[in-house]
Amino acid sequence: MTATYTPNEIMTVVAARALKNSDVLFVGIGAPSAASNLARLTHAPNITLIYESGTIETKPSVLPLSIGDGELCDTALTTVAVPEMFRYWLQGGRITVGFLGGAQIDKYANLNTTVVGSYDAPKVRLPGGGGAPEISNSCAEIFIIMPQGRGFVKKLDFITSLGHGEGDDHRQRLGVKTKGPTRLITDLCIFEPDPATKEMTVTSIHPGVTCDQIQENTGWTVRYANTVAETAPPTAKELEVLRDLHARTKRAHGEAA
Amino acid sequence: MATFASLSEGIEAVVRDGDTVAMEGFTHLIPFAAGHEVVRQKRKHLTLIRMTPDLIYDQLIGMGCADKLVFSWGGNPGVGSLHRLRDAVEKGWPNKLEIEEHSHAAMANAYEAGAAGLPCAIFRGYIGADLAKVNPKIKSIVCPFTGETLAAIPSHRPDVAIIHGLKADRAGNVLLEGILGVQKEAVLASKRSLVTVEEIVDDFGPRNLNACILPSWTIGMIAHVPGGAFPSYAQGYYKRHNAFYIEWDKIARERDTFQAWMKANVLKKNESEYAKYARPSRVAAE
Repeated sequence: MTATYTPNEIMTVVAARALKNSDVLFVGIGAPSAASNLARLTHAPNITLIYESGTIETKPSVLPLSIGDGELCDTALTTVAVPEMFRYWLQGGRITVGFLGGAQIDKYANLNTTVVGSYDAPKVRLPGGGGAPEISNSCAEIFIIMPQGRGFVKKLDFITSLGHGEGDDHRQRLGVKTKGPTRLITDLCIFEPDPATKEMTVTSIHPGVTCDQIQENTGWTVRYANTVAETAPPTAKELEVLRDLHARTKRAHGEAA
Repeated sequence: MATFASLSEGIEAVVRDGDTVAMEGFTHLIPFAAGHEVVRQKRKHLTLIRMTPDLIYDQLIGMGCADKLVFSWGGNPGVGSLHRLRDAVEKGWPNKLEIEEHSHAAMANAYEAGAAGLPCAIFRGYIGADLAKVNPKIKSIVCPFTGETLAAIPSHRPDVAIIHGLKADRAGNVLLEGILGVQKEAVLASKRSLVTVEEIVDDFGPRNLNACILPSWTIGMIAHVPGGAFPSYAQGYYKRHNAFYIEWDKIARERDTFQAWMKANVLKKNESEYAKYARPSRVAAE
């Protein structure tokens, strides 16, 4: 008997499982924050979480709504100023995994969080890159969490942060020494870059998901690895911890000051 | 030495029409009360610099105070869009808004370079990113020692920095704690400055030997505005009002609900409005 879970829950659980106890993470708000803290509360109790507001080794009891909630500072080992965070800690190469997401992604895992339409006369003005343009190149590797659908496009309107560029050795040709996106975790499956072309390729499919479903929610022709695994469903324990975390968070953010 | 003044006197003295203004505070210590006073005093044609425009610049943009925005992430954190910013960029309401867009690393480096008296900031950035194609101020420079190509942008040298601190002592020194953002750099990079504070104390008392303190002689004016960072927060005094950030999404979505809110809560109020959000510091309460 398997527990029932939502597509968002399996996406978060799978992302959490990809994290190791020894990782030093640069965490963004939303799904990355949920996955990072789920990992910390389950198999990776000593994982190091860093948020760009300057909080290092933070252990929040509830998920922050913003990147700089007081909870992050209260539970951090130390908090540094923002220029130091970007210079010494991110640019300095001390981060093992950076988490990104976006409004749009292409098959080489380049991301757009800037505009839909043209830059000068956008149809939709999105928030912009924030830390992403440098996170994507300064962390040893990048995990991307994004639900599949309209955002999986053939061509991005704008490249906010570099993934594998135009594929192959494009990152190296640009002088980037880090790996870039090594996993794209969605609500349907897991993509990993093809070793040669760097095209994001399906390596694991979540239980009950069909290839048709994956293709319908992807704007390019989906490629599959030679061996494709079935993702293990979330365990009862993983779901319990994740749901508790969300319930605590909801109570904390709903309350009046 | 810093001059103590009321908030309205302080804004009157430091912010002029057409100024380049940086109201900083990275999620923490955002100087909302000061921003509201700028709205009440109807300042116009400002160039607003801030890493994360947040609700404070959504309000100033929606009230027509700004001609230009220099920024790196323009969303409502954890909630979604800044609707007034979007309306200005997408539809030109209430006026056309020029944008100069950077990354966080670029903005942080530009403030630091400004504080250091340098003409530009140099960092490893924007590789493979389209922002460099649409922002002519993003250029590159070759390291004369290694040959590595690095990103360069002009340093930030605002006319005015406005920040919210925790405490000022009677001599006008200002103490910041918690998430420090780029506030120290913004003040040191600017020609003029105004700091609003939660509390004025005789003496800071026992403190960490490396505490973040801006000496009085680096600050222009100080105004005592308890609660002045609400709905942002002041570490040890009051928490971020996350529920208000969620509510703002509804308030700011439409032009008329936004204008009604600003009229009732900003235009018809004054600087004493914020005291109700203030809480005594944990240390003081113990």
